[in-house]
Amino acid sequence: MNASRPHIQIKDLNVTIEGKRILKNINLSIPNNSITSIIGPSGCGKTTLLKTLNRLVDDTKGLEISGSVLVNGEDLYADGAEVTHIRKKMGLLSQKPFPLPMSIFDNVAYGPRIHGEKNKRVLAQLVETQLRNVGLWEEVKDRLDASATRLSIGQQQRLCLARGLAVKPEIILGDESTSALDPVSTQTIENLLIELKQDYTIVLVTHILRQARRVSDYIIFVYDGEIIEFGKTDEILLNPKQEITQQYVKGFIS
Amino acid sequence: MSWRLLKDKLIRQSFAAILILSLVVIAVILIGLGLKSIPLLRAEDLGTILTESVWSPLNGSFGFFPFIMGTVWVTFISLIIAVPLCILASTYLVEYADDALRKMVLPLVNVLAAIPPVLYGVWGVLFVVPFLSEYIAPIVGAETTGYTVFAGGIVLAVMIFPIMVSIMVEVLQTIPYELKAASLSLGATKWETIVKVILVKSRPGLVAAVVLGISRAFGETIAVLMVCGNIPQVPKSFFDAGYPLPALIANNFGEMMSIPLYDSALMFAALLLFTLIFGFNLISRIILNRLEGKA
Amino acid sequence: MSNVNKRLFKEKIAKVAMQVSGITITGSLFFIIGTILYKGIPYLSWDIISQVPKGGFYMGKEGGILNAILGSLYLATSSTILATLLGVPISVFLNVYVKSGSFLERSCKLLFDVLFGIPSIVYGAIAFSIMVWVGIRASLLGGIITITLLTIPIVVRTIDELLRTIPIDLKHVTFSLGATRWETAKICLKYIKPGVFTAILLAFGRAIGDVAGVLLTTGFSDNLPKYIDEPAATLPLAIFFQLSSPIPEVQGRAYASALVLTFIILVIVICTHLLASKQRKHKI
Repeated sequence: MNASRPHIQIKDLNVTIEGKRILKNINLSIPNNSITSIIGPSGCGKTTLLKTLNRLVDDTKGLEISGSVLVNGEDLYADGAEVTHIRKKMGLLSQKPFPLPMSIFDNVAYGPRIHGEKNKRVLAQLVETQLRNVGLWEEVKDRLDASATRLSIGQQQRLCLARGLAVKPEIILGDESTSALDPVSTQTIENLLIELKQDYTIVLVTHILRQARRVSDYIIFVYDGEIIEFGKTDEILLNPKQEITQQYVKGFIS
Repeated sequence: MSWRLLKDKLIRQSFAAILILSLVVIAVILIGLGLKSIPLLRAEDLGTILTESVWSPLNGSFGFFPFIMGTVWVTFISLIIAVPLCILASTYLVEYADDALRKMVLPLVNVLAAIPPVLYGVWGVLFVVPFLSEYIAPIVGAETTGYTVFAGGIVLAVMIFPIMVSIMVEVLQTIPYELKAASLSLGATKWETIVKVILVKSRPGLVAAVVLGISRAFGETIAVLMVCGNIPQVPKSFFDAGYPLPALIANNFGEMMSIPLYDSALMFAALLLFTLIFGFNLISRIILNRLEGKA
Repeated sequence: MSNVNKRLFKEKIAKVAMQVSGITITGSLFFIIGTILYKGIPYLSWDIISQVPKGGFYMGKEGGILNAILGSLYLATSSTILATLLGVPISVFLNVYVKSGSFLERSCKLLFDVLFGIPSIVYGAIAFSIMVWVGIRASLLGGIITITLLTIPIVVRTIDELLRTIPIDLKHVTFSLGATRWETAKICLKYIKPGVFTAILLAFGRAIGDVAGVLLTTGFSDNLPKYIDEPAATLPLAIFFQLSSPIPEVQGRAYASALVLTFIILVIVICTHLLASKQRKHKI
């Protein structure tokens, strides 16, 4: 891993959906091994921005996209870029946990199995490691065969994190990943992410400023599809340079 | 009491009366079928008539087994053909096709449902029967007139396409996008997502669709009657003729009155058919209702 | 990377299989109608649809199927009217009068849902027994009663599905304005009016195409239907009988008759489709 080259670099990204411009001229380098939060009012394009990072935005109707997103120097949007191995590099944690319709074990093993891992011992080891990483191992080790839907919502979200980590991504994407959770589970996830940033680059979308403050190292403020400000957490939240940013963090616009 | 309220009360009571009337009629039908079947059931033991293979009313033997097997064979063949086709086609319509294609195809499939069975029978006689006897049978080395359970199965398969496709499409459309996104963002291909996640999640609904298809296939009378051969034997291969239950009733009601116990036997056949279909339909609707409630 | 290529290859094959299935299913519709057109057009003539069978029609002599066309139309129209008059009140009662979610509502709806799937042969067999028991002979009346019974669940279920699409707030708002249930029902019916016509057409299509229900109860006749207590010819049965004849000329006429029936059905389908799109225009 080249420490000096940023993991994620976005160049001249423009996204139009059904004629409406959602993202305008995005230019950005996301710092490695840190947590970057994207904040902004509803409808400003932050979730779309996140989705362009793992090309999940491909499924949207009426999509026009130009520019490039470089991950480790490789452009995701180059002609002929192979999508599945791109997505493998990123783990996605969505707003509501979506356990796959299978057992806890199979959920975590799903990714590795798809990508060719068939050795049972290797899989079992992988599952245990990731479940330990998210702090679920002790709670579920006796019922790995039970359906994942039986877990509580906080446990499910941790499971989804473990599932995402099992494919050995370099980057973790989180789309308001704690908004459906109770405060205790939220705290657990936040602490996990802080631990994980040593080994991963993490990009989160959140509308809770306090959360952004708690976990992020960097903040990007997006408004109406443009990046207004980007910098260290404290700078943006306490000393924003732009007028709009100031208004947002003070709560005057939402 | 004002006229408005009085009118409302009158209408309420007359509507309720109509409902009660229809419920009574249904009950009468069931009781009627039951009563008419009793003479047969008194003469023979239920287990025997269901498993006996000899159907010779003149001699007083009423073995329903060939007809039950006839129904089973044609239904089974129709399912082998229709289920995979419907699952694949429905999946394509929901996951791959664009809106325009969907809007065009779904109404067409529904038109299939509107075509009267007798026209399916005509098509079966015109095309399916000769096709089987002249092209397919020689390949397999069988000799047949074409009037077989295979022909019945093919015709039935096309008849149950619409009901299965429409329910399967509905079921597949209820799968939340985020579930697919979760699988895709782990690097799975679209097809892998379909097989391992979407089809698994929609399994109960797909099963309900198939069950409804089965009950439709059980009851179809005229189309199958025209192509299946109508020989009261237990079919032993695809190319044997068969004689499903509905065809039995339809073909023989004329002789019903002259031979003792014949009418009771045919009513019993109708009761059997009613019970089977009612049961299947009930199970399927309960599954579907429960799915709807969860969504 | 060969793992990825293998998986993408699997996806390509699956896609082809899916497209073939889709084409098979939609294609079968065109295939069936096409076969009937192809075989029926040569035998179609003005004579066939305007005359009744003269003696020996089924042996290849003169005549037409006017008796069957009219018989079917009378039968289908009468039973559809009756089924609508009975089915709409039942559906309205279950959706507007009975408490939503109550045992009565749920079990009745389930019952009619299941009755929807009962094949016409069962209705026919029962009606036949009753007719024998009461002493009525096979006649137009018998057919009308049987087909009405058959189509009531269709009307009930279709209207039921439509009423379910009415936003529950519409009902609540109307009630809170002090309307009686009947007045609310009228508003609901107005909201789904095109859908009601769709239900009627669907019932009509089922009624006119059915064989098993009329086979045992309506009999057959070479004369134009005149009295309700006489046997009458129906189009599907006419097709069936002509087809069973050993004479190719008569068989050919069966295809022409099938074409007539197909035409009637296609008209119904197109009307249903047009009405359905009208329904969507007024959706809240």
